[in-house]
Amino acid sequence: MNSDHSKSVSPDAEADAPVELVEERLVLWYFLASLGYLFVSFTGGLIMSLQLVHWNPHDGFIEYLSPGRWRMIHTNAIAYGFIANAFLGALHWAIPRLTLKPVLSRPLSYFIFAAWQVVVLSTAVGIIMGQAQAVEWGETPVWIDPLAQIGLLLVAINFMAPIIQMKGPMYVSLWYFMAAFVWTFLTYAMGNFIPQYFVGGTSAGAIQGLFIHDLVGLFVTPLAWGLMYYFVPILLQKPIWSHGLSLVGFWGLAFFYPLQGIHHFLYTPIPMFLQYGAIVSTVAIEFVVTTVIINFFGTLWGNGKAFFTNLPIRWFYTGMVFYFLTCLQCSFQVSLTFQKVIHFSDWVVGHAHLVMFGVFGLWFFGMMTYLFPRLYRQPWYSKNLAEWHYWLSAVGILVMAADLTLAGLFQGFYWVSMQPWDASVNASQPFWIIRLFAGLAIISGQICFAVNIYKTWQASRAAALAGASAHPSTYNAAWSAT
Amino acid sequence: MFENKSGILLIGGLGFFLFAFVSNALVPILMYRHLPEKTAEQLVTQNVLYQFEDLRLRYPEQFEKYVGEANEQNAADMLRLGRRVYVGEACWHCHSQFVRPVSNESRRWGPVSETPEYQNELQRPVLFGTRRVGPDLSREGGRRGNDWHTVHFFNPSSVSTGSPMPKYPWFFDGSPDKPNKRGLALILYVQWLGSWLDSYPMYEKYVPINESMSNPLE
Repeated sequence: MNSDHSKSVSPDAEADAPVELVEERLVLWYFLASLGYLFVSFTGGLIMSLQLVHWNPHDGFIEYLSPGRWRMIHTNAIAYGFIANAFLGALHWAIPRLTLKPVLSRPLSYFIFAAWQVVVLSTAVGIIMGQAQAVEWGETPVWIDPLAQIGLLLVAINFMAPIIQMKGPMYVSLWYFMAAFVWTFLTYAMGNFIPQYFVGGTSAGAIQGLFIHDLVGLFVTPLAWGLMYYFVPILLQKPIWSHGLSLVGFWGLAFFYPLQGIHHFLYTPIPMFLQYGAIVSTVAIEFVVTTVIINFFGTLWGNGKAFFTNLPIRWFYTGMVFYFLTCLQCSFQVSLTFQKVIHFSDWVVGHAHLVMFGVFGLWFFGMMTYLFPRLYRQPWYSKNLAEWHYWLSAVGILVMAADLTLAGLFQGFYWVSMQPWDASVNASQPFWIIRLFAGLAIISGQICFAVNIYKTWQASRAAALAGASAHPSTYNAAWSAT
Repeated sequence: MFENKSGILLIGGLGFFLFAFVSNALVPILMYRHLPEKTAEQLVTQNVLYQFEDLRLRYPEQFEKYVGEANEQNAADMLRLGRRVYVGEACWHCHSQFVRPVSNESRRWGPVSETPEYQNELQRPVLFGTRRVGPDLSREGGRRGNDWHTVHFFNPSSVSTGSPMPKYPWFFDGSPDKPNKRGLALILYVQWLGSWLDSYPMYEKYVPINESMSNPLE
C-alpha cells in the first residue's frame, strides 16, 4: 500500500512524454475557450457592478443586457465556461502523463470539446432569453441539463479509461481526479433534477445548498488540488513533502466536504440539527485544509527562491495563501454568530470571489503560464506582460475581497440596527465603487495575458514558417531568472 | 484501501457522497413527506384575488388584452408566469424569501419563515435567495399598492430614492400605466408573497429611533 509516489511524476516524464500521448491541440483549444468565457463572465460582472453604482449606461435599455440576467451569466460562465474548460485542458495534459496512456478516444475528445461548448453557449443564450432555472449556480435552463449530464458522463469515461487500465500504485493527483469524476456527475444530477422534479420546498433547499457547495467542493476543489499535486512537484523538481499528509488531505476532503452544503442556508426552516451538522463539518475541514497547506509549503521549503523567480510557482503559492485565507474566513463566517450579521451581505460575495478567482483562477493562470510556451513551442513574448498579469490579478482580487468583506460587515450591522433599508444601500456605495475599480484591474490583467498569448502565437507562427522552433529549454526564459 | 482504485471510487466517490445525501437531503425529505405540496390554484386566496381584481380595475385595457377575466384559474396561471419572470430576471439574486429568527428580522419584515410556507408549486425549486441588495420579499405582498409597483418596476429610483435596482421597461407597453402580461404577472406574484399569513399585509412597524424618541404617541 505504501507507494513510491514520487516516481510517477519525475520531471523527466514530463519532457519525454511521447508526442501521441497528449492531444496538445485540444489542450490549447480548451485553454483559449476557457479564457474566452472568462471575458464573457467579466462582461456580466462589469454590468452588475456598474448598475450598483448607478453608472450602467444601458439600464433599462435592452432586455438582453439586463444586469440580473447577466449576473447569472457571470457565475455560470465561470463555473461551466472558464473553470470547466480550463480543467478539461489541464486534464488532457496531465492524465496521459500520469498514467502513461492516452485518453480513451481522440475523436471522442474532440466531440466532448465541441459538445461542451454547445452546452455552455446554450446556457448563456438560455439565461439571456430569461429561461433560467431557479437553482443557484445551476441556472442552466432545464432543457440543457440532460445534455450537460451526458457530457459529464462522457468526460468521466474518456478520462477514467487510462486510469483504470493503469497498473501499479496511483499518484495522489489520480485519487482526486477519479473521485472528482464520480462526484461531479452525482452533484450535477442531484442539484439540477431533484429540486426541479422530485421534491420542493425546504427539503429542496437543503439539496440546493448541497449542490452549490458540492460544485465548489467536489468538482472544482479536488480537480484543482489534483493538478497542484501534479504541477508543483514538476516545477520544483522534487517530490511532495509528505505522503501521509496527502492521504489526510484527500480523505478529509472526501468525508467532510459533502456534508457541508446546508451551511448556505443557516437560520432557514431547514431542521436546526442539520444546520449544526453542516457547521461542524465545515469547521472540521479547515483543519484538513491546514494539513494540505502545510504539505505544500513543506514541499516549497528549501526552494523559497522559486516563489520569486518562477512565475507559475508564484501563481500557485499565491493561490494557496488565498486558499488558506478563504478557508480561515469560512470557519468564522459559517458560525451562527457571524451569520447573524454577514449572511446575505457582500461579505459572502467577497468570499466567493476570493475562492473562485483568487484561488482557482490564479492556479489556472499558473498552469497556463507554464503550458502556453510548451503548446506553442515558443517562449513568452513578454516577461513584463506576464508580470503585469500577475500583479493586476493578485492585487485586484485582494483589494476586491477585502473591500467586499468590509462592505458586508457594514451592511450587516446596518440591517441589524433597524436602519431604513436605503441606509445600507447608500453606505455600500463607496465599497461598490472600489469593487468596480478592483474588477477593472483584474480585467486589465487578463487583457495583458490575452495580448501576451496573441503575440506569443504570432511569434510561434513566424518561427514555424522559418523552420526554427525554439528549444524546450528556452520556454521558461521569459519568467525564470535561472 | 486508501490508495487503490476501488477504495477511492467506492468509499470516497460513492460512499461518502451517498452518506452525505442520506443524512443531509433524505432526512428533511422524509421529515416533510406528510406536508402536501400545494398547486398554484390552491394558493389563490381572497387576498390574491383582491389584488388581481385591483389590477383589473386599475389597468382595464391591459388586463382585458393580456388576462381576460379576473377569475381563480387566470390568477393561478398568472402566478406561475410571475414566478417564471421572477426567476428569469434573477430577482432572487438580490432579494431573499425567508425571514430569519435573528437580527431583528421579524421586527422588520414579519413572522419568521416556516417550512409549510414553502410546500407549494411556486417554491419548486425553492427561492430562499442568496443575497440582499434589496430587502427580503417573503412578506412583501399587500404592503404597497399595485400602482406603486408598476411605477417602481418601470423606474425604481422614481419611488425609491437611490435604489440601484435595474429598470424593467419590457414589462410595459411603453409607459408605466400600461403593464403587459409579464408586468401584470410579476406584480401579482409579488402581491402573493405573504398572502397566506394572518398578518397580511405586513406593514413595516419600525420607527427610526430619533423620531420615536421625539414622538410622545409612540
